[in-house]
Amino acid sequence: MPKRTERLPMPTQPADERIENFEEVNLGFTADLAQAEAKRCIQCKKPKCVEGCPVNVKIPEFIAQIVEGEYVEAGRILKETNNLPAICGRVCPQEEQCEKLCILGKRGEPVAIGRLERFAADCEREQGGDMTVERPSRPGKVAIVGSGPAGLTCAADLAIRGFDVTMFEALHAPGGVLMYGIPEFRLPKQIVQTEVNYVLSLGVTLEKNVIIGRTLTIDDLFKQGFQAVFLGTGAGLPKFMNIPGENLNGVYSANEWLTRVNLMKAYDFPCWDTPVKPGSRVAVVGGGNVAMDAVRCARRLGAEKASIVYRRSRQEMPARAEEVEHAEHEGIEFHMLTNPLRVLGDDKGWVTGMECIRMELGEPDASGRRRPVPIEGSEFIMPVDIAVMALGTSPNPIVATTTTGLDTERWGGLIADETGLTSRPGVWAGGDAVTGAATVIEAMGAGKKAAEAIACYLETL
Amino acid sequence: MYRIRKRQDLSDIIKLLVVDAPLIAEKAEPGQFIILRVRDQGERIPLTIADFDREKGQITLVFQIVGLTTELLAQLEEGDSLLDLVGPLGQPAHLPESGRVACIAGGVGVAPLYPKAKALYQAGVEVITIIGARDKGLLVMTDMMDAVSTQMHLCTDDGSLGYHGFVSGRLQELLDAGEQFDEVVAIGPLPMMRATVEVTRPLGLKTWVSLNPIMVDGTGMCGACRVSVGDKTQFACVDGPMFDGHLVDFAEAMRRNQMYLPEEEKSLHHCRCRGGISHA
Ligand SMILES: Cc1cc2nc3c(=O)[nH]c(=O)nc-3n(C[C@H](O)[C@H](O)[C@H](O)COP(=O)(O)OP(=O)(O)OC[C@H]3O[C@@H](n4cnc5c(N)ncnc54)[C@H](O)[C@@H]3O)c2cc1C
Ligand code: FES
Repeated sequence: MPKRTERLPMPTQPADERIENFEEVNLGFTADLAQAEAKRCIQCKKPKCVEGCPVNVKIPEFIAQIVEGEYVEAGRILKETNNLPAICGRVCPQEEQCEKLCILGKRGEPVAIGRLERFAADCEREQGGDMTVERPSRPGKVAIVGSGPAGLTCAADLAIRGFDVTMFEALHAPGGVLMYGIPEFRLPKQIVQTEVNYVLSLGVTLEKNVIIGRTLTIDDLFKQGFQAVFLGTGAGLPKFMNIPGENLNGVYSANEWLTRVNLMKAYDFPCWDTPVKPGSRVAVVGGGNVAMDAVRCARRLGAEKASIVYRRSRQEMPARAEEVEHAEHEGIEFHMLTNPLRVLGDDKGWVTGMECIRMELGEPDASGRRRPVPIEGSEFIMPVDIAVMALGTSPNPIVATTTTGLDTERWGGLIADETGLTSRPGVWAGGDAVTGAATVIEAMGAGKKAAEAIACYLETL
Repeated sequence: MYRIRKRQDLSDIIKLLVVDAPLIAEKAEPGQFIILRVRDQGERIPLTIADFDREKGQITLVFQIVGLTTELLAQLEEGDSLLDLVGPLGQPAHLPESGRVACIAGGVGVAPLYPKAKALYQAGVEVITIIGARDKGLLVMTDMMDAVSTQMHLCTDDGSLGYHGFVSGRLQELLDAGEQFDEVVAIGPLPMMRATVEVTRPLGLKTWVSLNPIMVDGTGMCGACRVSVGDKTQFACVDGPMFDGHLVDFAEAMRRNQMYLPEEEKSLHHCRCRGGISHA
């Protein structure tokens, strides 16, 4: 029987229903769908897809187990190289990684690796029961700063090797962006908690409400007997446009907007105590995953009009393809090649609109994308009552400014070599703190590499 | 963790808590604050560290009941614990080590003022304290302040105790009478701080204020706490909370602080309806 050239679609909650709730949009493959999709994989001898994965998940192997009907086993294979598969199956930009290199993509559509990953990880989580991992016990005490994907991965890998690992987190909940940034409808917090609990079950100690650089310094950690430190502090500092009116009531950074909605569950206000202003005409400025999440939250909070305002064109938008598509189905408006000049307000200081200008694409800039240039005289006013700035983030300087001997780039990124080692002996770093805002899986890859290097280092002590 | 060792009613609506927080007590400096949560669904709210004892590993918090979280906080008893407590946050105050400083507080602003007055006094600075409140029942921590002040001036809006009028009025009187200060520290409600900086502005007298905007994380991550100081936007949680009062845009700070007033009402009402608050 000739193989299908198309992949099987992901079942979703219908768009008109899902904009009324914060439940997951993607419903996941059924066993039948998973089997049918898994059978498309031709089990390459030299699988390209694995090279495209920053943690080299054994893709053909886990897919073969799905074909066999061994779903839990498929999930265990994922966990051999990826401690957080249920998360990656949901949020990785597979189209730019494993799936991009899939051989089937040459003639038709690549295998839906991400959807299969999610399926296997969910089966393992729900039916797999506790996996008892044999842990040797080794001398060596490591402090992990930050509990996002980089910190979690580094912690898990070191704990599996038998080291004594403590993870420090500034917020009251672990998970980093997975908890405070990515919304429930894309990544249910219950799943994040289960994956975090798995990491803790490996013997990692979690200390919440500890800000390294404030509550304790890196020097304190060494004094307390930690022999190595991993910094997975992310890129949490929001950028603003520095245009007039940005401090009006009703202008949010995407970080504040999403933290209120996701971490503090403002969508369930007043059952949860933290409020957010829902808005009826919401404009989100930006074109990345963060902007998509912010605007789709706005829609679910009840905005009649929820728009993306982006200064480049559709092709340049860095957001995951699936998110843009989902946003479109949900009635999000896209104002491409548009840039805000100032935010307008009423006499009480509340936002009433944004003055914007139309842009056109000029010559390519340093990023290789065509530089947007304003079209003179094309200014217009867009009526909005809430504006959310999703313009990117940079690393928080708290650790760098309170630690001697830790070199940073001018934009705040920690400088580290390919193993993650910083300029300070005994201190490694990885994830967004080093690269600037990137992806979950790259942060995990960096955590993994650093764990290896730290393990080697501890053996030599 | 974060166990409440002592709880005291300073007035009907102003409470004092001494809490176990060894790591925070170890690092705290005058001017810094903490963020706490009382329950799982709870908000994160900032409170200034009113005092700290490194040896006992304890910090003192003083707060006025203004909304749901402070109302829930007021219900906790000795032996109970806070759910979350993180700090110390913000920049320590830059305080002079000699000279003469007017320390001025309105209402519960006396709590954040106290650690600064104490540090100044212990450094040998002459501390001229002016504290005021609506009426004498709301004038709190006067004994504590007295112990770290060279001179004390009490004021009430209704004249029920001390000077009849605002603290800014009392400051103006002292200046008119020829009193000299090297610096002024003024902490309290925004209108009180604004009135005080207007008194000192014509004299070019350096005046520090402590801002208390709405915050979420307290580490520079969200920008909820942004304030305009001079022509710059600053994040009060990491750049402040103390700023040069002559540069602060008070009008903006006031309207930003009122952003969620209707929601705060709703939140309180919702909780009361569910019996979440025993006494109102
Ligand atoms: C809204 C949003 C949507 C996204 N969507 C996607 C997506 O779909 N797919 C994808 O691959 N990527 C996505 N990303 C990017 C991805 O989430 C990040 O690249 C990834 O989380 C980075 O991981 P990290 O571990 O380096 O840092 P983070 O996840 O940022 O975690 C850092 C942690 O360190 C803590 N911390 C910081 N400083 C300190 C300190 N001094 N002391 C103690 N703790 C500290 C922080 O509180 C935080 O918990 C998204 C990001 C956002 C904001
Ligand atoms: S409170 Fe979030 S940045 Fe200051």
